[in-house]
Amino acid sequence: MSEIYHFFQQLINGLTVGSTYALIAIGYTMVYGIIGMINFAHGDVYMVGSYVAFIAIVGLSMLGLDALPILMAGALIASIVVTSAYGYSIERIAYRPLRNSNRLIPLISAIGMSIFLQNYVMLAQGSGSKAIPNPIPGEFVIGDSAMNGVIVSYIQIVIFSVTFLAMLGLTLFISRSRLGRACRACAEDLKMANLLGIDTNAIISLTFVIGAALAAVAAVLIGMQYGVITPNIGFLAGIKAFTAAVLGGIGSIPGAMLGGLLLGIAEAFGADLFGDQYKDVVAFSLLILVLLFRPSGILGRPEVEKV
Amino acid sequence: MLCFANVSTFYGKIQALHDVSLDVRQGEIVTLIGANGAGKSTLLMTLCGTPRAASGSIRFEGEELVGQPTCDIMRKAIAVVPEGRRIFARLTVEENLAMGAFFGSKTEHEEQLDKVLQLFPRLQERYRQRGGTMSGGEQQMLAIGRALMSKPRLLLLDEPSLGLAPIIIQQIFEIIEQLRTDSVTVFLVEQNANRALKLADRGYVLENGHIVMQGSGEELLHDSKVRDAYLGA
Repeated sequence: MSEIYHFFQQLINGLTVGSTYALIAIGYTMVYGIIGMINFAHGDVYMVGSYVAFIAIVGLSMLGLDALPILMAGALIASIVVTSAYGYSIERIAYRPLRNSNRLIPLISAIGMSIFLQNYVMLAQGSGSKAIPNPIPGEFVIGDSAMNGVIVSYIQIVIFSVTFLAMLGLTLFISRSRLGRACRACAEDLKMANLLGIDTNAIISLTFVIGAALAAVAAVLIGMQYGVITPNIGFLAGIKAFTAAVLGGIGSIPGAMLGGLLLGIAEAFGADLFGDQYKDVVAFSLLILVLLFRPSGILGRPEVEKV
Repeated sequence: MLCFANVSTFYGKIQALHDVSLDVRQGEIVTLIGANGAGKSTLLMTLCGTPRAASGSIRFEGEELVGQPTCDIMRKAIAVVPEGRRIFARLTVEENLAMGAFFGSKTEHEEQLDKVLQLFPRLQERYRQRGGTMSGGEQQMLAIGRALMSKPRLLLLDEPSLGLAPIIIQQIFEIIEQLRTDSVTVFLVEQNANRALKLADRGYVLENGHIVMQGSGEELLHDSKVRDAYLGA
């Protein structure tokens, strides 16, 4: 019996981490889908999101508005709004002027942007770590006892539900709405969409804003779960989410969701089997294996030459 | 209605169009013929704003188009069926058509949708199917239908007959002819000079980026130089 509990415990931990990877991965995959560029500053956009959440929580607490729903909603909204503005501005400043140049050039610009954001946050907030309080501590146990059962913390429940809602919302937006249809058309043939009168620059901005908003959601959730943020968290989170996007098939939104969940689960079971310090090794070995054997990812389409 | 005056276009340092001047009048079908690489598609795309004309003027219903961004130009009752069709393969027929009418009101949309589906009953049959799963001819119909969804007064067609079976080409040309009665002005770029000239009121011949000849369809069809160069007779 305890083995089953153990299995489910790992599964739940993996799914929690994985769902946040998935949220960040969507930003990579949407931008890639539309302009074929890897936005390497996306991890740092996520980091900015967690700092905004931190500032919002501290600010609200200082004002005495420290009721649980106000703190959570305030952190989420502030983080989404400010981080989206960052996503939009980064595209305007660092990528749009380079739109028609060689593919490598925006990539370098993205790396520059990533370094800039890290140092900017270090200057503004200090290079040490900050603590984000978990507004809903506590957990419940499924099974006989904590030693012989599955422990689920309340924040995990929040992470599941918020992630689920965010993904459901995005999926509906992309598949049903008029603007979502335009996004899909642009992802398929940007020039043709332009020839139909679509303002493709606006659609590209929109994908950056959506990506940043979802990264902000992930930042708030992960920040609350782990409780500690530093200006460097963007790197690892970004590269994990990128791995998730590649695993699922870069360019595919359902792929990013699936890739994130799978990566989280693989990490959890990998850590269980080989030890916690091997967690990242498992994740990146998975990336290498996918690149070797199925470079287009699980749900990705093989690159077809456009005629 | 549409007027090119001394338009030149460059790709980097290479000049693709040299001082091109031409006119398309309201209600006409005008064709532009020329060999591969003569600059036919470039001319059409210059009208759409990518690439931008380096010099000269392009006027549509009196309004200067040079310098305007593509998305603004394409919202002015101009629609294009580009070379290679470029339908959205992963979008359904319905969604492809809706993309053509992105800016219209809902009632206009439905009205125009009825018209297009009447013109192309085949699209009705394939309504929920993905664009990419259809045959070349059906895709061409979809591309034309999508362009018509915006209710254009000027329709630009770039080689609509390319790579299609003769019977489908026949159908496509019949539909182009039919558009005339709906008071859609057509500017048709074709390599299939014989058919295009038979259909068109007037024609222009483009060679290495220069307009070298113009005249009524009939005249060009019987011109010995045109016959030698483009009609293979």
